[in-house]
Amino acid sequence: MQVDCNKPDDMGRDRFILSKGHAAAAVYATLSHKGFISRSALKKYGEEGSVYMTHVSHKVRGIEFSSGSLGHGLSFGVGKALYAKLTKSKFRTFVLMSDGELNEGSNWEAFMFAAHHELSNLVAIIDYNKLQSLKTVEETLKIEPLTQKLESFGWNVIRVDGHNFTELENAFNLLEKSEKPAVIIADTIKGKGVSFMENKVSWHYTSPTESEYLEALTELS
Amino acid sequence: MRNIFINKLIEHASRSDSIMLLVGDLGYSVIEPFEQKFPKSFLNVGVAEQNMATIAAGLASEGKHVFIYSIGNFSTFRCAEQIRNDIAYHELPVTVVAVGGGLGYGALGYSHHAIQDYALMRSFPGVTILSPGDDIELQACMEYIISEPHPSYLRLPKIAPTKIHIDELDPLSLTKPVEIKCSNNSSAILTTGGGLQLVASELNEISLYDVYSIPVWGMSHRSSLFPLLKSYKKIVTIEDHLKDAGFGSWVLETIASNDEVRSSVDCKIIGLDSKVCGKVGNEKTLWKIGEISPLKPLLC
Repeated sequence: MQVDCNKPDDMGRDRFILSKGHAAAAVYATLSHKGFISRSALKKYGEEGSVYMTHVSHKVRGIEFSSGSLGHGLSFGVGKALYAKLTKSKFRTFVLMSDGELNEGSNWEAFMFAAHHELSNLVAIIDYNKLQSLKTVEETLKIEPLTQKLESFGWNVIRVDGHNFTELENAFNLLEKSEKPAVIIADTIKGKGVSFMENKVSWHYTSPTESEYLEALTELS
Repeated sequence: MRNIFINKLIEHASRSDSIMLLVGDLGYSVIEPFEQKFPKSFLNVGVAEQNMATIAAGLASEGKHVFIYSIGNFSTFRCAEQIRNDIAYHELPVTVVAVGGGLGYGALGYSHHAIQDYALMRSFPGVTILSPGDDIELQACMEYIISEPHPSYLRLPKIAPTKIHIDELDPLSLTKPVEIKCSNNSSAILTTGGGLQLVASELNEISLYDVYSIPVWGMSHRSSLFPLLKSYKKIVTIEDHLKDAGFGSWVLETIASNDEVRSSVDCKIIGLDSKVCGKVGNEKTLWKIGEISPLKPLLC
């Protein structure tokens, strides 16, 4: 992405929309890493009255869109991509979504629209960890065959190992030349790298104890 | 009135490419002039109102003033969360337009009766309600919202209204109640939108009331009422909306929030009774069923 932490509102910047707004912590960490917000600001995450809310807020430098209710981010990204196309601007728009989020019908309105209007400057990424709030995606509301579904909606689809940065980077590079809107289906494992957290719905809700936290850090290092 | 809306959009789009119109696959024989003149500023997004509202937010976030247009409840209730979260909360310049406010589509049944729209749209902080009662008020409302783009709801009647005002209205005057008839009575009728048409049709029967129209109102506009409230002992509100949670409730809340008038102003709300829900007929028939017409017995 073409972004500059010194010019967060530059009209030529690429746009990133976190549609799965509950992944705020990951975005704040990235913004800090890229220089948009200070490292010390991260300590305010989740604090009472803090702008660093547990769902991303557009009031934070570098965040384009407040999300929290699923199914909104893709349409917002479509609006931005459409603006770019209408004004012949070169910026691209990226939207990170969850798999469970695809239950929301509004997404499919956006998928249809983006393909119909050939928004080749739009890339969606689906964090496909196969888990939802109560059970697996498969048990809740099947979305397979997802690749074929999205292709039939008129999108270019690339499926990658979501934990393989080389595969991800190659996919993004390939999609720069896409003539259609594109989606990267990133197969992931929730809690990847921490053996007692991997693939468990309960960790969507639970905070680790002190000893679990230390054990997790050990495994990740 | 829909043609005046389109003509005003055309007038302003001729001067600025920031104006955009999105429709939800509706507007036949109305929107074509705008589409033909400004094809790049027009989009039919299809029967997909949630997508329409948030696309509008995305466009507005990049600097456009977007009008989203559909019938009755489609551009409001169908995408209520999108208006709440994506448009109003982000304070984006999107004007939600609903054609057929009130019971203009009376024959088409409950799905097309926009009689709870005030209740919904006025609950979002920062959203201005624009409910013009005739063509003159609409022209002024359009000038007002285009000069100060912000989250807003424009309620248009389906049926061409009778002209009430003679002279053009200054858009800046819309932030205060607009005088229709003033004889220094101690009681006043406040109305908006289709309510103005109802009041105007029975004006001769309500000589003991001064009459005001309020085409611009909402959560942020309460202070515009205070001077008027201090001048009257009795206020009656009239609207073509359910009596619950609509225009009258906004007036009542405004009275209740003002220490100077809370205990000195008596307020009565005349709005549609819920027995009208599910009934079909023309607007005037449904006004009778909903017990907002005739007005005279209600004002005794």
